[in-house]
Formats: sequence, C-alpha cells, structure tokens
Amino acid sequence: MSESLSKEEAKILVDKYAEDAIRPMKNHKGFILWMGFLGLVLVIFAYAYFLQLRDGLSVTAMRDYVSWGLYIANFVFFVAASLVGMLISAVLGLLNQKWVKPITRVSEIIALGFVLIAGLVIITDMGRPDRFLNLFLHGRLQSPIVWDVTVIITYTAISTLLFLLPLIPDLAFIKRRMKDMPKWQYHIYNVLSLGWMGTAEQYKLLHKSIRMLSIIIVPVALSIHTVTSWLFASTLRSGWDTTIFGPYFVAGAFVAGAAAVIILMFILRSNYKLEDYFTDHHFDMMGRLLVLVSLLYAYFNINEFLVPAYKMRSGEAVHLYTLFQGAYAGLFWSVQIIGMGLPIIFMMFKEWRKPANLTFIAIIVLIAAFIKRIIIVVPTLLHPYLPIQNVPEKFHQYFPTWIEMAVTAGAFAMALIIITILLKVFPVIPMWELAEEKGITEEFEKQE
Amino acid sequence: MSDKKSKNNSRREFLKIGSLFGVGVAAAGAAAYSGFASQDGHGTSGETILSESEQKIKVLTEDGTLAEIKASELTPIKKDEYTDALQSQGREGIAGKHWAMVIDLSRCRNVRACMASCQNAHHLRDEQHHINVLRMQDDRNTEPYFMPKPCFHCDNPPCTKVCPVDATFKRQDGIVLIDNERCIGCRFCIAACPYSARVFNWFEPKDAEKDEELLYNVELNVPQKKGTVSKCLFSADRLREGKLPYCVSACPNGVYYFGDLNEDAVTNGTSGETVRFSELIRQNAGYTLMPELGTKPNVYYLPPKNRMFPFEFKGKTTLDDEHHG
Ligand code: SF4
Repeated sequence: MSESLSKEEAKILVDKYAEDAIRPMKNHKGFILWMGFLGLVLVIFAYAYFLQLRDGLSVTAMRDYVSWGLYIANFVFFVAASLVGMLISAVLGLLNQKWVKPITRVSEIIALGFVLIAGLVIITDMGRPDRFLNLFLHGRLQSPIVWDVTVIITYTAISTLLFLLPLIPDLAFIKRRMKDMPKWQYHIYNVLSLGWMGTAEQYKLLHKSIRMLSIIIVPVALSIHTVTSWLFASTLRSGWDTTIFGPYFVAGAFVAGAAAVIILMFILRSNYKLEDYFTDHHFDMMGRLLVLVSLLYAYFNINEFLVPAYKMRSGEAVHLYTLFQGAYAGLFWSVQIIGMGLPIIFMMFKEWRKPANLTFIAIIVLIAAFIKRIIIVVPTLLHPYLPIQNVPEKFHQYFPTWIEMAVTAGAFAMALIIITILLKVFPVIPMWELAEEKGITEEFEKQE
Repeated sequence: MSDKKSKNNSRREFLKIGSLFGVGVAAAGAAAYSGFASQDGHGTSGETILSESEQKIKVLTEDGTLAEIKASELTPIKKDEYTDALQSQGREGIAGKHWAMVIDLSRCRNVRACMASCQNAHHLRDEQHHINVLRMQDDRNTEPYFMPKPCFHCDNPPCTKVCPVDATFKRQDGIVLIDNERCIGCRFCIAACPYSARVFNWFEPKDAEKDEELLYNVELNVPQKKGTVSKCLFSADRLREGKLPYCVSACPNGVYYFGDLNEDAVTNGTSGETVRFSELIRQNAGYTLMPELGTKPNVYYLPPKNRMFPFEFKGKTTLDDEHHG
C-alpha cells in the first residue's frame, strides 16, 4: 500500500489526522454545558449520599428481604459496560479485525470510565462505608467479594495500560504538533509519551507489549464479570442458583458494551465531524457485532429460563411466575422482546445498521440492559424459601427511593465525566495505527 | 501477629478480667449488668452480688474463692481490654460443646413469648426477628401450622462462607455469630442465607442512645449497630452462664429443647426435663428443614402432628406499617 501514496499525499493525510484528532480536544460551548449538567447531577448525588451517610441505608427502599437493590444492579451494569474494552481492543484486535482500529480507543475509554466508578458504586451499597478498609485488613480469600475486588483492581490496571500504551506515539506526535496547548497538557503528554522517538525498535516493542496486554486482559476481563455473577450464583436462592451465570453475564456484558460503543461513536461522529473514522461501514460492522453478541445472549436466556420453566420445581416456579406473569412480567417481557428480540431482527436488515438507526437501537438495548440487571437482582430476593411474615407490608416490595436513584445517577455522571475528560485530553483517533495501515509511518513520525 | 498472641493468652486473661469486670460495671451503676443478666426474672449472674449498705462487694477471684472488697477500692478494667477479651472468647466458643435445638412443632400455639423475650434481650426493633414464628402451609391440601424459625447454626453455613471480612464466623461449639464491630454491611450473608435468618440494622438501632455506654458483647450482639447485620445467636451469652437461651426459657408450651449433642442431652425450656437427644429425635421422627440444601442445620424439628383443626388464626402475618419506616 505504501507505494500507492506519494510523499505529498502522505503529508496531506497526516495533516488531516492531526486536525481531526485535535478538533474534539478543543474547548467549545457544548463541552461547558455538558460538564455543567454533569456537575449538577453530582451536586444532587452529593446531597443524596450525604443523607444516606447520615441516616444509614434506611433511606433506601431495601429491607431485610430485598436486601440488594438498585445499587447492586447498577454495580453489575458498570462492570458489564466496562467489559467491552476487552472485547473490542483485545479479542477483535487479536483476531486481526482491521476495521476495529479506530474504535479501539473509544471502547477503552468507555471501559475505563465504567470500571473506575464500579468500585465506588459498590461502596454506595455498603452499610458501613467507613469500614471499607476492613476488606484489606481482614479480607477473607474464600469470599467472592474479595475475588471481585481483586480482579476489578487488576482489570483497571491492565485497562489503563492498554489505554495508555497505544497512546504513546500519538502523544509524542501531538506534543510536536499542537503548539498552543497549555503547559499542564504539554507536561502530561511529555511524561506519558515516555520519550518516544518513533524508531523501528520502539515500534516493535510497542506492538509486542500491546499484544501481550491484549492477551492478558482476556482472562482478567472474563473473570471480573464471571466473579460478579458468582455474587449471585454462589447462593442457594431460586433464580440465582444456576451454573450458567458466568457466561450468561459475560454475554450480556458484551451486548451492553457494544451498544455503549455505538452510542459514543455516533456522538463523536456527529459532534466532531469524524465521519471519516467512524464510517458507515463501522456502524454496519458494529451492528453485526451487536447482532452476534445478542444472539449469544439470547441463547443463554433461553437456557436460563426455558429449562427451569420446563420443570417448574417449587422455588424456581414461584420465581418464574413473578417474571412471566407476576409483578415483574411487564419489565421482563419488555426487556426480552423490545430490548433483545426485536433489535436482533431489525439489525439483520442493512437499513437498521445505518448510523442513526443503529444508535437508536443501541440506546434501547442499553436501557434494557440496565433494567435486566434489576430483574436479575430483585425478584429472586422477593421469594425466599420461607414465607415473609411478621414484617411490615413494605418488605414485600421494592421500588427504589429518590435517594437511590440520585446516587445511581451520580455514578453515571462520574463515569461520563471521566469519559468526557479522557476524550478532551487525549486524541480519540489512533493516528499512528491508521498511518501504519496506510504505510506512512515514516511521514507520521517525521512531521513537525 | 499480635492477634495470635493475644488469643493464646486470652482464656486465662479473661478469667481474671471477667470476674473483676462484673464488679466494675456493678459499681458503675449496674447498667450493663442488668442489661443481660436479669432480663426475665432470672436474677443475678451468681458471680457477684452488690451489697449496697456496706459498700462492700463480693467478688469471685481467679482461683474460685469468694472474697469481699470495698466498693471504693475498685478500679474498673479498661474498656478496650475488656472488649478484646469479650471478642476473643466470643470467637472461640465454649470448648467441648456442640449446641443444638429441638423445636416441637406439635406444641407451638403461636404464643410468641419466644419472639418477645428475644427481641427484648437483643434490643431489636419490632420488625427485626432473630426468631420468627411463621405460619406454614406445606401444600394446598394440608393444614397450616406454626413454625418458630431461629438461625439454624448450620454446620455447612452458606453465610459465613461468603463474608468478605470474617465478620460472621462459626465457632468450635457450632454457634454462628456476627461481630458487628467488623461487619461492613455488604449484606452478602443475607443473600446467602436460604432461611432468611438474618436481619439488618437499616435504621439507628432501637436502643442506640441508651446502649451507647455498653461494652459490645459479641455473644449478645448488643449494642446493635446501624449498618450491620444481626441474627439469632443461640443466646451464646446465656450458655456461657450455664443457662438456656432466652426463647427456650420463655416458651410456656414446652416447644423448645436445647442442649449439647456431644452429651446427647437436651433440656426442655418449660419443664426443665432433660432427655436424650437421639431418642427424642428417633421416637418423634425429628427432621431438619430443607436437608437437600446441604446446610446441615443444628436445629431439629419434631413434626407438627397435633395441628389445630380447624386452624384458628385470627392474627395477621404482617406488621402495621406505622413505626417501621
Ligand atoms: S453483611 Fe457483614 S457479616 Fe454479612 S457478609 Fe457482609 S460483612 Fe459479613
């Protein structure tokens, strides 16, 4: 390919990369408004969480039977969304799927934003957040919570590396290129580009380490969500006591993550004129990917619900009745049909894999993914083996209070703030990788 | 490291501290003391007697002699030291015992004296049950019956397995306890317990203000703490004094037997009669609840054979909403 581009053409292309990559990083009015909005959500969050700290978890709708609620569902969702970094940059990367190149950084950013906040989400659920350190002082290796904490920290570390390493050549490039940037920004780039010179040797090392990280992150990512599913599967309760929870959760996570990536791609594309990087073809491919993972998820759903429904063993039967025709039927069927079945069918048509259409579907899928987490957590707790008696009527239901919702919204705001800031500070277009693909690495490294 | 060391010494240390402590608290106003020793008219603990008129106090010393000491000369043990001793004896349990309970469902008439005395002893709110008398109906064609349900102190406890910080644990005598000074309130144990035996302190506990000065006794789980879990303790504090659990002695109908499996003997809380555990179970077709779960409970049931017929139960199985937030 390198022969096909003349020096002139290469220069123009590199200029274009630079311009396109730097454009989203510039300040603009929308950014301030957006951050202002997120800040406002954070203020509400702070007030809600203050109330919760003062009055304890009594401010939630959780009680002795439904003792896990929105917070845990939210935690599962955050862990799920963070899994996509591994799917796209590692799995597809290793499979040599060239088209994912421009999307890798988007997916790593989403992964980082969500996984960094997942840890905080779990703290909002704790009755004694002041004793958080007990997890390290008295941690018991036999507890799935300790496994979860361990793998999430590991995943965060590897994801950070997998985000930062591929940035090195680009940061070195921007350092040379963007003359008007503030000092702090220059410092960041200077430090993070680790003295990159763009020699062939460095390129070789970089490729090697990215490849290594991509391999390491696969089992770690699988384990964060598998272990998270074990928080449920390790109990004896109907609805949770199943052996397929690990892969079931992982498949669900891919669905949620792919949807999140599509949405972010669309926002970037339409806000910053990045149509040349997030092309229709990319949306088409992401649509196909979403169909694939949704089918996988549907397969697990069939196993998860059909098999016990066939037997109707006593405990399971109560649970399934609640989902199929009881209090949770409305939510359950909407999620399964509108959030999974219909999208699969629609996305099989090319028309629905066009950017705007696909984004619309992705939004629905993402909302459904969130609700699905609630359906996994709450109904099971409503039906313990022994009857719920001699407690107030309220203990038989669960609907989150405004405080729970505000705290949850706050967690989302935090994740979005991280994502927004990462997008502001770092180039979202992996320029050097594109240059490499075009065979103009030399031009890319030389340009001032 | 230091943890290990203090454990080794703890037994001896405790004997010393324990005897003196009774005095310390008594002199300080008997607040904590009456909190758990004279709950339901069982009088003093027998170790110390406060003699107000002479301002002298009888103390049981380490070697077992009863001595007198002037009240003014007493120096209370430091709070920390004593809590540590309470904690380590609480975690160890009583050597050589394997506690078990037998609940004779054929005698239960839903009096709920057990629930009341338990809530009273453990400073629980109305809706918090360490022991809960449930109205059960196994099948649509079978008669309902009442079933008191404490914690089963399983030999394969699902709850202690999942605790991330070893706040809930199983002791050598079979009792499963919670250290509410360590619990982080993750509620994983609540999710893990298939018998819904655990409750959470969502609110400021009922007697939070009154209990503020009390030393935490892990065997009584008082004072209760906001944001932590609580549950039936087989009245570990009473067992240490050689008495039967609160619920067991409160029942007027002879529903409860309690005792030591190693001795194969259980005592009925109402009649005081002691019988062979194995015989009681064999002759009455005793069973454990949901054995298919593999939890190996230490609470046994005798079948609900004398069911009320027709079943008379005018009460409700829900509490009124008002004061439970
Ligand atoms: S709620 Fe407390 S006792 Fe229960 S598992 Fe969590 S830390 Fe352990």
